[in-house]
Amino acid sequence: MAYHRFDAVIVGAGGAGLMAAIQMAGKANVAVVSKLYPPRSHTGAAQGGISAALGNVEEDHWRWHMFDTVKGGDYLVDQDAAAVLAREAIDAVYELEHMGLPFNRTPDGRIDQRRFGGHTRNYGEGPVRRACYAADRTGHMIIQTLYQQGIKNQLNFFDEHHLMDVLFSEDGQCCGVVTMEMSTGEIHVIHAKMVLIATGGYGRVWSVTSNAIAGTGDGVAITYRRGVPVMDMEFYQFHPTGLYRLGILLSEAARGEGGILRNKDGEAFCARYAPTLKDLAPRDMISRFIHQEIMAGRGINGEDYVHLDLTHLPPELIDEKLPDVTDFARTYLDVEPKTEGVPVQPTAHYAMGGLPTNIDGQVIQDRDATPVPGLYSAGESACVSVHGANRLGTNSLVDLVVFGRRAGKHMLASLEHAEWAPLPPEPEYVAQASIDRLLSAPKSGKGERISDIRSTMQKVMMADVSVERSETSLLRAEETIRQLQGAYTYASVMDKSKVFNTDLTEALELGCLLDCAEATIHGALARQESRGAHYRSDFTTRDDKNWLAHSLVYKTSGGLELAKKPVTITEFEPKERKY
Amino acid sequence: MEYTLRIKRYNPEKDVKPHFEEYKVTADAKDRVLDVLNQIKWDEDGSLTYRRSCAHGICGSDAMRINGRNRLACKLLMKDLPSKITIEPLLGFKVVKDLVVDMNKFFDAYKSVQPYLIADEHSGAGERRQSPAQREQFEDTTKCILCAACTTACPVTWTSDDFVGPAAIVNAHRFIFDSRDQGASQRLRVLNSGSGVWRCRTIFNCTDACPRGIEVTRAIEEVKRALLYEQV
Repeated sequence: MAYHRFDAVIVGAGGAGLMAAIQMAGKANVAVVSKLYPPRSHTGAAQGGISAALGNVEEDHWRWHMFDTVKGGDYLVDQDAAAVLAREAIDAVYELEHMGLPFNRTPDGRIDQRRFGGHTRNYGEGPVRRACYAADRTGHMIIQTLYQQGIKNQLNFFDEHHLMDVLFSEDGQCCGVVTMEMSTGEIHVIHAKMVLIATGGYGRVWSVTSNAIAGTGDGVAITYRRGVPVMDMEFYQFHPTGLYRLGILLSEAARGEGGILRNKDGEAFCARYAPTLKDLAPRDMISRFIHQEIMAGRGINGEDYVHLDLTHLPPELIDEKLPDVTDFARTYLDVEPKTEGVPVQPTAHYAMGGLPTNIDGQVIQDRDATPVPGLYSAGESACVSVHGANRLGTNSLVDLVVFGRRAGKHMLASLEHAEWAPLPPEPEYVAQASIDRLLSAPKSGKGERISDIRSTMQKVMMADVSVERSETSLLRAEETIRQLQGAYTYASVMDKSKVFNTDLTEALELGCLLDCAEATIHGALARQESRGAHYRSDFTTRDDKNWLAHSLVYKTSGGLELAKKPVTITEFEPKERKY
Repeated sequence: MEYTLRIKRYNPEKDVKPHFEEYKVTADAKDRVLDVLNQIKWDEDGSLTYRRSCAHGICGSDAMRINGRNRLACKLLMKDLPSKITIEPLLGFKVVKDLVVDMNKFFDAYKSVQPYLIADEHSGAGERRQSPAQREQFEDTTKCILCAACTTACPVTWTSDDFVGPAAIVNAHRFIFDSRDQGASQRLRVLNSGSGVWRCRTIFNCTDACPRGIEVTRAIEEVKRALLYEQV
């Protein structure tokens, strides 16, 4: 076992984690833990853009961006946080440019901007060009740029360390983490004054997802096991345009640049549901439109997909602005987007929910927003909440840059008066016990294999807890997940070695996914209304009287407990959402 | 369709040297090689070890040698392969386990070219200006995902320990030709040294191997020309 001591430890080296670390570089002793190499983080998969009301190509104002964020989130957004997001986005984008991010440019050399779903001028009048972008690999450029800054600032990277546990002192202060070094299997205890969880989302709960295989919610689940609540887990975004069957993301930029969704009759059906914004209505709505078209038998060839049509766009525009998107269609489906429709279906994409935080990234533990001492979260693992019931396209990148930065700054300021909390006795105990159990248990019989448990979970979550849910489907999923959790306690891995044991880490990740699934279902069952991405076929309307509230789910020894937390409303009174 | 995969295996806790193991699988023509590796790992042999994450060619984790050429396992489909497939770890780096190689040498070379913007603090408000034409100068090399496919396809890196390799040069190029950057001279000094661009023999293996379609050899030539004619 190895022991380290740092002022702060950051778990996850995607956009949020790196942005936080860069704030502290040179001023505090910070460890950055990643189960991958940092540039492999899933931030790199983001394609379309990062919104900021720069007004470079047409008039724009951060308050419009704030309004769109609130409305897009079906009024479950905390408006103080949305104001921070929209206002600081401008400065954050400039900061990225100063770090070297190669944005596309306007003819006069400014950062170019394009349209994106749900982003409008003058409080909903029509689409606005707000998304700053670098071709259709904006996330790639962000992760590369931040990693470059990490190297420049000589951050202490713990690459390929798998998060095993989050440590708390006896009086409840977060005081470090336990990791397993992949290349040796050695356990590391990293003692720190504060911890930032920036481990991203958990799309691998579902069978069709745009998420990386590494998107298994480790930080969220492990912290949740330690008694910290998770918030708004029932709000999980299905992106409308996943590559058919594979779930690989085709950016909304494809529609921002003029792409149109068509059913088997060739009808541009979005216009029927959302007459103003059409194909650029928010994602939850477009996913539901597609779902409804398929249910009505209007999927292509009667199957469960529709076409994303780019054939009317100038070929040179496709090459210049959507090179990766079209490359995915060619590589994986053998479809030429310049001449034929691309088969797409909704794909599990983004967790609006996660560890509840305030606007400085401090994780909070109750409806009164009491911070958990020493614990922070930012990015997709966190729920500030700026996305409410449905995140707008590009706002994930805004979120991780703005709130990663705020968390880093707050941690740095707090370090001045922070004390060392003692580690709990035997800090490695829980981590070691979970490894020992998976390695030593007898070889699993059928039904207790890690891969079987995982695929059963993914199928039931896709069938029963996706674009549409009901009490019946949710109860069915709840029962299945409970059985799988039982089976998981008997599961074991085939690979018993210490060096780079990915059989073991996949098993550990499955444990995290099951916890994320459990909390998602619990929240979805409780919330008897439809709002944003959470659509209940048995409660089809929004219920502001009872449910204009965040849900908190706690894992306790007596089972799961649910609490409500009020939504912060400052400027925009909830209204019906129309586009 | 039926395929036979020969996969080079090495477990440092058991094996003295690597050996091949054979797996017979049924796979769809549209399956990725990664899907087939997962199928073997999940159904047959959990100890089969390889890196992977995004599964669609953008994170750079799963570069490996497939039928003698460096490819991303998630970007190569079975339909583009014959029924007999040999999979080996990338050449030139120490093998950690099975298809996982030690990437330290690779990232050290990357770091040696100072892969970050070197520029004075921007004092004015807003962004630095850069024309679309200026940006176009380095657009191609911004696509690099650090997968190491190019570097480990280069015969020079197989035989010498100190060549920085194509990927490091690509990342140097990305900044040398960025109109906002002021660090070209210090990077060019590194690339003009004995471990730099002059070791390149213009074999084009790197360009062939790049899963992002970067014209790697061309980028190296542009750096060479910058050194010869000081045209940056």
